[in-house]
Amino acid sequence: MAVTTSSKVLNNVEAVRETLYEAMKADDRTIILGEDVGNRGNVFLITKDFINEFGPERVIDTPIAEASIVGIAVGMAMEGLRPIAEIQFADFIYPAFNQIVGEAAKTRYRSNGEYTCPLVIRTPYGGGVRGALSHSVSIEALFYHVPGLKIVAPAFPADVKGLLNAAIDDPDPVLFLEHKKTYRLIKGEVPEGHYTIPLGKANVVKEGTQLTVVSYGLYVHWALEAAQQLQSEGLSVEVVDLRSIRPMDKATILSSVEKTRKLLIIHEDNKFGGIGAEISAMVAEEALFHLDAPIRRHCAPDVPAMGYALPLEEEYMSSPAEMAQAMREMVKF
Amino acid sequence: MAKTETKATSLERHGLTDEQLRQMFRNMLMQRQLDNRGFQLNRQGKVPFALGSEGHEALQAGAAMAFHRGKDILAPYYRDLGLALGIGLTPYEILLSLFARAADHNGGRQFPNHYSSKAAGLMSFSSILAAHIPHAVGAAYAIKYRKETERAVLVTCGDGTTSEGEWHESMNFAAIHKLPLVMLVENNEWAISTPLDKQMAQPEIWKRAAGYGMPGKRFNGFDPIATYGAVNEALERARSGGGPTLLEGTCYRYLAHSTDDNDMTYRTKEEVTEHRKDDPVPQFERSLLDARVMSIADVDAMKKDVLRETNDATDRAEAMPYPAASDLYTHLYEGAWQPWQ
Repeated sequence: MAVTTSSKVLNNVEAVRETLYEAMKADDRTIILGEDVGNRGNVFLITKDFINEFGPERVIDTPIAEASIVGIAVGMAMEGLRPIAEIQFADFIYPAFNQIVGEAAKTRYRSNGEYTCPLVIRTPYGGGVRGALSHSVSIEALFYHVPGLKIVAPAFPADVKGLLNAAIDDPDPVLFLEHKKTYRLIKGEVPEGHYTIPLGKANVVKEGTQLTVVSYGLYVHWALEAAQQLQSEGLSVEVVDLRSIRPMDKATILSSVEKTRKLLIIHEDNKFGGIGAEISAMVAEEALFHLDAPIRRHCAPDVPAMGYALPLEEEYMSSPAEMAQAMREMVKF
Repeated sequence: MAKTETKATSLERHGLTDEQLRQMFRNMLMQRQLDNRGFQLNRQGKVPFALGSEGHEALQAGAAMAFHRGKDILAPYYRDLGLALGIGLTPYEILLSLFARAADHNGGRQFPNHYSSKAAGLMSFSSILAAHIPHAVGAAYAIKYRKETERAVLVTCGDGTTSEGEWHESMNFAAIHKLPLVMLVENNEWAISTPLDKQMAQPEIWKRAAGYGMPGKRFNGFDPIATYGAVNEALERARSGGGPTLLEGTCYRYLAHSTDDNDMTYRTKEEVTEHRKDDPVPQFERSLLDARVMSIADVDAMKKDVLRETNDATDRAEAMPYPAASDLYTHLYEGAWQPWQ
């Protein structure tokens, strides 16, 4: 880890861009491939001008073919390159499901360690941007069941950079989820130079004593806003930002829950079979007798995705006010 | 003497030496012996599953002869015993896989015939058809990107796999980037129980090459020399920067899909018998005898040697231990691993 002495304020788009730029500069085995990553510089301009600096051999505008974007990246990784594949929107990842689940995640395992797949798949996910049914989904629960994958979903620019660097350095496939509503909304100090944040380490972003809230992505920011509101009401809420979904940080969750004795899990993805179900089960298995209230999950309803019309999107998404209400009920239980 | 030379030179060789012709024939004999052994061991209850390549022997022995060991990469599918043998895997390694022993390249994890050997340049693959083709394209991209000359990727599949979307996506990408890749389709007319006319309206797979903007060629996959000629030409083009080629070798699947399949539920004995008339193994044997490349005594000795090596490999592999139960937990990621940290 390089010593970092200074920092600057970046938003999440800029943090991804800077990290990718430095990775491309540092290692010519690094290849970026995906739809519109070259001439257009990615639909969010994350890789703008990369093609001019690094050339079309390293910044590949692929045909619209997600399965082979990932599949070709798997082959590159097996043959010694360090590909970073982009799926333009997480909603488009389904055609690549087998390449991620059946191939990338199993390459090392099925070859008994002879072949490896050091691959990063980046993709923007999440709603609140009028993305409708196919530009707003959360996909993490579909992949977090899969041994062989690692999944990261940072919320803050400094974490974006540290975790993306860790993902790029990692010898195994990592699915890197970028919440698109946080892209330009969330700004923060980002250290200069190369640094990593270990995959699988959560972060307590607000300390509190009466309730543990576990979340990730955009909802960490909304949960913080809600927790501040409760603070002004004299209620003390601790907010844990998971940052990594697989592996997940049991120690941090348990230590917080054992302190506050109450657990509220908040995520944008559907409740049924979501990340919250696994966290609930783990806490029930390991810390049931520390709990003073039933575990609660504040998550999306059991519908495929948010509709395009504003009332449909708002009904699907939570809000800081709804989160604050759920927190109040838990604290006062 | 003069008569012998005339006969020998009448064989179209594509530059292959007598020794190479004998190597191809031995490969074909070994394929058939090992296929037979797999099915025998299954019937004896010693292995739970086996897959055969019978009918593909000439195609695979010929294609493997064009492969440059230590340079090229092979991305095969699960009916490629002769290619695996032809690029350097041993019968012992094949039998370790059949018996699912710890010393198998895959540590006894994968089905038999799911060859893998980084040392031999043989890419690991799963049972998911066409999933390995983009991997081959990615490997070919790496070769081109690193400006490694004299290297190419030989990727194979059956006719059934050409229906998959990833097959199309891979051909398209390989052509756009003029990658050093040869896509060799082993058309054996059956996708388990589904015949060609239910797989595609236009049954000449090689003709799709024009749609991708790459050369295409069809050849008789019952002829190992014709196969070698076609594959060698395509690999040479790929190695020298000429881009990808789509090859279609015609052959036939004599055996059921696997030991768990009964092909008499979907095709007739007569059809199989008809194709047996063209069986590439005795056909090539006759060619070698006619051309005086081998004598009857040579052939007999080679068959005995192949049987001896198969028996020896069977005994050695069977005597090897299974993986330990604790091996279930290794090689998932680098280092120790728990989903909860």
